[in-house]
Amino acid sequence: MVWVSCEGYIIMKDFKLNSKVPNGELHTKWEDYKKILNKLSPEEANKYKVIIVGTGLAGASAAATLAEKGFNIHAFSYHESPRRAHSIAAQGGINAAKNYKKDGDSVMRLFYDTIKGGDFRSREDNVYRLAELSVNIIDQCVAQGVPFAREYGGLLDNRSFGGVQVSRTFYARGQTGQQLLLGAYSALSRQTNAKKVKFYSRHDMLDVVTIDGKAKGIITRNLLNGKIEAHSADVVILATGGYSNVYYLSTNAMASNVTANWRAHKKGALFANPSFTQIHPTCIPVKNDFQSKLTLMSESLRNDGRVWVPKKKNDTRKASNIPEEERDYYLERIYPAFGNLVPRDVASRRAKEVCDNGQGVGNTGVAVYLDFKKSIEEKGEEYIKEKYGNLFDMYQNITDENPYKTPMKIYPAVHYTMGGLWVDYNLMTTIPGLFSIGESNFSDHGANRLGASALMQGLADGYFVAPHTVMDYLAKEKPGLGHKAEQKEFVDAIQETEKDIEHIMSIKGDLVVDEVHRELGKVVWDKVGMARNKEGLENAINSIPKIKEKFWKNVSIPGSDKDMNQELEKALRLKDFIELAELMAYDALDRNESCGGHFREEYQTKENEAERNDTDFKYVAAWGYNKNGKPELFKEDLKYNNVKLKTRSYK
Amino acid sequence: MNINLKIWRQKSNTNEGNLHDYRLENVDPNISFLEMLDILNNKLIKEQQDPVAFDHDCREGICGSCGFMINGRPHGPQKATTVCQLHMRSFNDEDDILLEPFRAKSFGVIKDLSVDRQSFDRIISSAGFVSVDTGEASEANKISIDKNNADEAFLSAACIGCGACVAACKNSSAMLFTSAKVSHLALLPQGQKEKTERVNKMVATMDAEGFGACTNTGACSAECPKEIGQTNIARLNREFVKAQVSNFFEKK
Repeated sequence: MVWVSCEGYIIMKDFKLNSKVPNGELHTKWEDYKKILNKLSPEEANKYKVIIVGTGLAGASAAATLAEKGFNIHAFSYHESPRRAHSIAAQGGINAAKNYKKDGDSVMRLFYDTIKGGDFRSREDNVYRLAELSVNIIDQCVAQGVPFAREYGGLLDNRSFGGVQVSRTFYARGQTGQQLLLGAYSALSRQTNAKKVKFYSRHDMLDVVTIDGKAKGIITRNLLNGKIEAHSADVVILATGGYSNVYYLSTNAMASNVTANWRAHKKGALFANPSFTQIHPTCIPVKNDFQSKLTLMSESLRNDGRVWVPKKKNDTRKASNIPEEERDYYLERIYPAFGNLVPRDVASRRAKEVCDNGQGVGNTGVAVYLDFKKSIEEKGEEYIKEKYGNLFDMYQNITDENPYKTPMKIYPAVHYTMGGLWVDYNLMTTIPGLFSIGESNFSDHGANRLGASALMQGLADGYFVAPHTVMDYLAKEKPGLGHKAEQKEFVDAIQETEKDIEHIMSIKGDLVVDEVHRELGKVVWDKVGMARNKEGLENAINSIPKIKEKFWKNVSIPGSDKDMNQELEKALRLKDFIELAELMAYDALDRNESCGGHFREEYQTKENEAERNDTDFKYVAAWGYNKNGKPELFKEDLKYNNVKLKTRSYK
Repeated sequence: MNINLKIWRQKSNTNEGNLHDYRLENVDPNISFLEMLDILNNKLIKEQQDPVAFDHDCREGICGSCGFMINGRPHGPQKATTVCQLHMRSFNDEDDILLEPFRAKSFGVIKDLSVDRQSFDRIISSAGFVSVDTGEASEANKISIDKNNADEAFLSAACIGCGACVAACKNSSAMLFTSAKVSHLALLPQGQKEKTERVNKMVATMDAEGFGACTNTGACSAECPKEIGQTNIARLNREFVKAQVSNFFEKK
């Protein structure tokens, strides 16, 4: 590998991606590999410092586990507390191949469902490891006291989720993410108490620092006093989540952003499959221009809710006035085998299709019904309340409509990003010493993530993968007592960051950050959203630089950068979103096929299903940053030795 | 609808704060309370004024970031609802709405409506966990838990750590917050081994952080957006007495 410096940024020439997947049998690979990884005793580990950015499920679980192994952890979050991370909002559940229901589930089946759900665009070996570790996660969480739902007999309960035909999802009402995060947070708190973790609250990571090509620290901004600080370490782990907020409106929390990942990308970490974004089918539709975010209604609702629209176009009758025979339960009609439980990408696209066809409901015509009438009649209102009570309350609160009486109105919204920093089997990016875990990496979900698999991946990476691979990396590194934050690389990075902030503060234009963000969001949603085409993508590549120019000329930040300034925080995030948006369009344009959440209108079957092209596109698209022009594409060919590539069918 | 806002403005915890008046006209009753504040802030920025700082993130009522006093009540007038889930339809045209930060000695004001609630983290890290290292856990279904207990534990664990209980209490007590965690773990077999130590340490930390005493007025549960009940406090007291008794005999 040759590292070439280009105007202060590092890009790679003649570089070949190496996934570092060990040889061996799929079933025993991870266990065998763990045995040969280098180890450090707690006394040796105590000589190393580990920086973890982000303390959601992946970050908190990794921080706790590495601290238990003896490492000194410095954990950073822009939140006041780790418990505020957006993992907390995950509703539905977490998958695990426990086969408690004896319905024929197995690690192999979860592996296959995940590969197939991802439309054969993920790395076989990573996905198998994920499926294998799923069972350990449940054991660990139960031991921590996570109050999962139980049956009357006292054992753990399961439910079904989209894209699968077994019942393997563990849940805690509609608050599974909350309970799992509080579990990881408690493990982290225990290590804070043991002085093995130092938590930096309200610190935004603004850059990664490399020394001799290796990640050795980060630059942060203290959100309370604006101070720019350097922090050095022997290894840096990014657990900084996804970038759905590039669309402005998404189900992500308001502050979720791509900045940490984008900064890493600019320092040489390749960004993989950026256009693989997930549009979740069951969200509360947009109601007006002031909308600040979208609210998800858990996919688990599709277990008992039936999706339909009127057969007639522009039908303005109330739902209750539309007789059964004039309703189109389109998912049940098109997909008799999976019905309402088809994967997210399929359900979303079909909803768009019926709405585009004029069958949409509600004031805007951009919504479909999710109807619980049949389940309430058959199982009783109490049953529904017990299972989904908090979701129904939330829906009623937001819309002022009672879903026990009238069907919910739902529409797809951006929810998750499968793309992220490219990582090898060890979860290390292309920058040595920089790891990426949880949603922030690209690794396990291919072109579409199955429901209840994000929590699984975050915790698998944090509790069970990164602690082993990070230790192996460190065992080969000298403890970096020589790397001090006073070193030139850190001083330069601080200056760069301060210069950026000074620049933004000095613009003093007439546009509020959100106005620019909304404009960006509209372009990305329209052109790089649920359906994409060549013309639209070229159009986006053309218009995004204009938005960038507008930002740097006209944005207005009030107040000072030396105290709490929420507008400045937003601006620093938006400037990176704008650059990412352009890369997403390039990625979507390169991929002349449809797969999972990436639907190119030019590539579809007669039945409007995604038309994948395995001959030409069976690869991970990993992009290198190029300051002076088009991003550079590196391909990782995906090898399938254990599954047969076939067209996904849920019919 | 039109509304008249009176908002606490304070530059930082070292500056004095005071109330400022703002009027918003033609507010859509279907927007959320925080979207209303977004509109106000948008207007302030356009007028080259400093926007109102407030904490918020998920806007789904689960992250616990948001929370301030609306007309003297934490999270405002609607029962079991965080500020982010409150909608303008809960107010009337020409209403006066007073916004102030949560007031408590243990929650310092950071800026405007934003306060520092890290004292809660310190209470949890003192003992609000089960001491089990990653990988040490045994097969999950080896532990059988009575469904009623599991459901009770869930209700206690549903606390979002927003601090409304402290703000609602005339003594600024953190008893409801602390007891919810003590209860969650005391109700489960996994939490039994450390329960004596847990309640002792968590109560001691709560006191050391400067939270006031609990006088059982029930104001905390009444204002809790997640309806964490008073039974949690009774359970903590029980656990605490048991711990004191066992401490006494251990010393003997």
